[in-house]
Amino acid sequence: MAEPRVIIVGAGPAGTRAAEALVRAGLRPMVIDEGQRSGGQIYRRQPEGFGRSYAKLYGTEAGRARDLHQSFEALLPHIDYRPETLVWNIADQHVWWANAHDQDAAPFDALIVCSGATDRLMPVLGWHHAGCYSLGGAQVALKAQACAIGREIVFMGSGPLLYLVAAQYAAAGAKVAAVLDSAPASARVRAAPDMLALPSVLWNGIGLTLALRKAGVPVLHGVTPVEIRGDADQGVTGLVYRTAGGDTREIACDAVAMGHHLRSETQLADLARCAFGFDPVSRQWLPQCDAEGRSSVPGVYLAGDGCRIRGARAAEAGGQLAALAALADLGLAVDAAERAHLLDAMADYARFARGLMRAFPWPQHQAASLPDAAMVCRCEAVTAGDLRQVVRETGAREANRAKAFSRVGMGRCQGRYCGLAAAEVIAAEARVPVESVGRLRAQAPVKPLSISTGEDAA
Amino acid sequence: MTGRFIRLDEHSRPALTLHVDGEPVSALEGDTLMTAMLQAGRALRTSEFDDGSRAGFCLMGACQDCWVWTESGERLRACSTPARAGLRIVTHNPEASWPNLA
Amino acid sequence: MSAPAGHSDVVIVGGGLMGCSAAFFLRQRGLSVTLLETDLVGRQASGTNFGNVRRQGRPIHQLPLANRALASWRNAKALVGSDLEFMPSGHIRVCYRERPELVGAMEDYADKARDEGLSLELLSGNALRDRFPFFGQDVLAGSYSALDGHANPRLAAPAFARAAIALGAVIHENTRIIAAQKSGEDFVVTAGDGRSFRAPILLVTAGAWGNALSSQFGEPVPVTPRGPNMSVTEPVPYAIAPAVGVMTPLEEETVYFRQVARGNIVIGGSTRGPSFPDQYRAYVKPENLLSQLKHIRRLAPELGRLNIIRVWSGIEGYMPDSLPVMGPSGTTPGLFYAFGFSGSGFQIGPGVGETMAELIATGSTDIPIAAYDIRRFAAG
Repeated sequence: MAEPRVIIVGAGPAGTRAAEALVRAGLRPMVIDEGQRSGGQIYRRQPEGFGRSYAKLYGTEAGRARDLHQSFEALLPHIDYRPETLVWNIADQHVWWANAHDQDAAPFDALIVCSGATDRLMPVLGWHHAGCYSLGGAQVALKAQACAIGREIVFMGSGPLLYLVAAQYAAAGAKVAAVLDSAPASARVRAAPDMLALPSVLWNGIGLTLALRKAGVPVLHGVTPVEIRGDADQGVTGLVYRTAGGDTREIACDAVAMGHHLRSETQLADLARCAFGFDPVSRQWLPQCDAEGRSSVPGVYLAGDGCRIRGARAAEAGGQLAALAALADLGLAVDAAERAHLLDAMADYARFARGLMRAFPWPQHQAASLPDAAMVCRCEAVTAGDLRQVVRETGAREANRAKAFSRVGMGRCQGRYCGLAAAEVIAAEARVPVESVGRLRAQAPVKPLSISTGEDAA
Repeated sequence: MTGRFIRLDEHSRPALTLHVDGEPVSALEGDTLMTAMLQAGRALRTSEFDDGSRAGFCLMGACQDCWVWTESGERLRACSTPARAGLRIVTHNPEASWPNLA
Repeated sequence: MSAPAGHSDVVIVGGGLMGCSAAFFLRQRGLSVTLLETDLVGRQASGTNFGNVRRQGRPIHQLPLANRALASWRNAKALVGSDLEFMPSGHIRVCYRERPELVGAMEDYADKARDEGLSLELLSGNALRDRFPFFGQDVLAGSYSALDGHANPRLAAPAFARAAIALGAVIHENTRIIAAQKSGEDFVVTAGDGRSFRAPILLVTAGAWGNALSSQFGEPVPVTPRGPNMSVTEPVPYAIAPAVGVMTPLEEETVYFRQVARGNIVIGGSTRGPSFPDQYRAYVKPENLLSQLKHIRRLAPELGRLNIIRVWSGIEGYMPDSLPVMGPSGTTPGLFYAFGFSGSGFQIGPGVGETMAELIATGSTDIPIAAYDIRRFAAG
């Protein structure tokens, strides 16, 4: 029997462990990744020639990060590694890829999509000003470029990343003006039992908050952002917010890092025609998958944050599980004990993830109270008012229909940063459950593709 | 000192020079194009549909906010493109100089 | 067990541009209308096509219909409350150096079209390049139609639908018709959920699904569903006024583009993909996108610098002779058809609706439609 062709998309924690499991089984997978180096986001590597230590970059995760990176390096002779390469479409059991030099369609018998996640954003009036970044973006600036995104930075939103990035900035010597958490302090206490599924991570979170306070950084809970002030020349100049007690305050800053936990990058799963379902806990549409990562499409497997937001450790376990599932489905031998152990671990990760979502809930109510002038779609400059008007005047109450009439989601980012919030705005205006609004349908190319693609080869 | 991004570490790397809107910009090996442009200036490009400017958002190649242009009209995504000596970047769409083709 | 859900003068099955404009014009003539649409109005061919609003290139006998439609496009704001982003900024179709005989074909067409009120200007060499500097060096000559243009397909059918509703039409979306028959004086059409609708007149404007209904009246027709190959670029400063297309016998070379006011360039054509009418989905095959881009690069090389940000497709109904099925039924009095527009229905859409309304209300029309008679597909 000819060696099965397995393709892995993504060289982060999930993709790395999936590749490892396949190589151990004697296969030579193709690993396609957009980045210059492996590692994904949370374990993003600094460029070659940078000197900061693993401890400085990854803190308590230094050991895991080093292990992951070394694991990938060890795989290199055994895999077909394609860095800086975009998978822009999936069709007919082929992955269509393109990079600066070439493009082609690679056939697969099994495909493991480890596409990761981005920040999840709730728009704020003024968030289009230069100087606004996602929390993940602020972290990349520091981790991968040793830069702060500004001189006086406000960190706001919710989720563990909020505290992590703010604490990393403070430790690196940047000026953190404030940390403004939209979640009430009580939410974390309520969620604590689930979060104790991973006690070491919970302890890390408490430590971060203490470190920030010790550095003199104001940390407030139950905050509602009102406006990011800015102008066309300077970009961001300040932030207006409302405290839990109802006071309105303003703080000067030249950068805002914002986000509400994460959203899965599901475009490739969509293009592979995987079935999706609405997850009411996270209020996102997610590709269906079984406990081992099998999607609804035979031969297509999903792992890591690109399937379910469960964090880096779950991504590693999930990548390994998906590879084992692919091997089993290809008729190859799999270690049942290894599989059982991984499934147990995943149960703990899932529980912890649920706890996180309860501790740091997506502030869906902020969508309804967004001022009309607030931009929802940054790419196309479509405001909440424009979107609401379309819902009223055309009766559009489904995501793709509203997109056709309002242009929300028609820009370069294809709805990554506006889609979830737009669904909440539509649902609030039309007075329907957000689930009924549906989700923006992914279209190729997954990211902008040059019209010159294929030129030299042709 | 007018740059948006502030270097906190990794200062001792070889320098390189590129051009932005015709002006020389000094950057360091290992900078992305975004870092190179923003440690020297406030923005990456003018905004298409409002009169402001854009300076990127996600830094991980997802938001597509940081596309800039070379003088010859090539498109580069600044956060995922390494800064290179000799790059000649413009912060506004070069097709704006097409003659009106009506 | 179904209960009749209403009786009107006309039932229309199919909520694309043909059906929605027919509903509007029928209401203008005072007939009561119920329109039934499987999904949401205007979502398939009407909403996913390229958006060319061109008379140039149509069969000469179709120009009166196209002229009628153009009046509606120009008057869209007053007619349906939206200008549908119609840009009367011209249309040019060009041929390549290796087919010089097409210049003769363009001249020939221009002569005949003039008689029907379509005035075309032939350009080549320096005159062509001075006016349209973006053309690649292989472009030989072009035929320019100053009064043609383009519009936004996603807006058109929904706008006609809203205007029809404002005049009193009843439109049921998410209503899939599974059976139609004549019972006495009335047609009875039945939806999948059991609802039924009655009228003495039935108009089938069901696009690629038209045969499913015409077959129920003993006149099956060979409609082939195909998916248009559509892509769009990032926005760039507005600079290209006309819609641009290629005249060629080769499908893969037949590409076209138009720039919208916001700056994006919409691209269509080259090899078309499959569509899946049963699932209401169509996909752009990756190889078809690459073929399209290759041919766009030849037509307008400077576009090679731009990025494609999205592709889409839809479901269009094609007839073997590329002419629609339009007109009265050959078997059943009171039954009318307007479907199978073979990828060329957008510009004439409002004219089709207006003409079908005229035909239904008065019994005749001066617009030539004999070439579209369904009986041309009858066996024997």
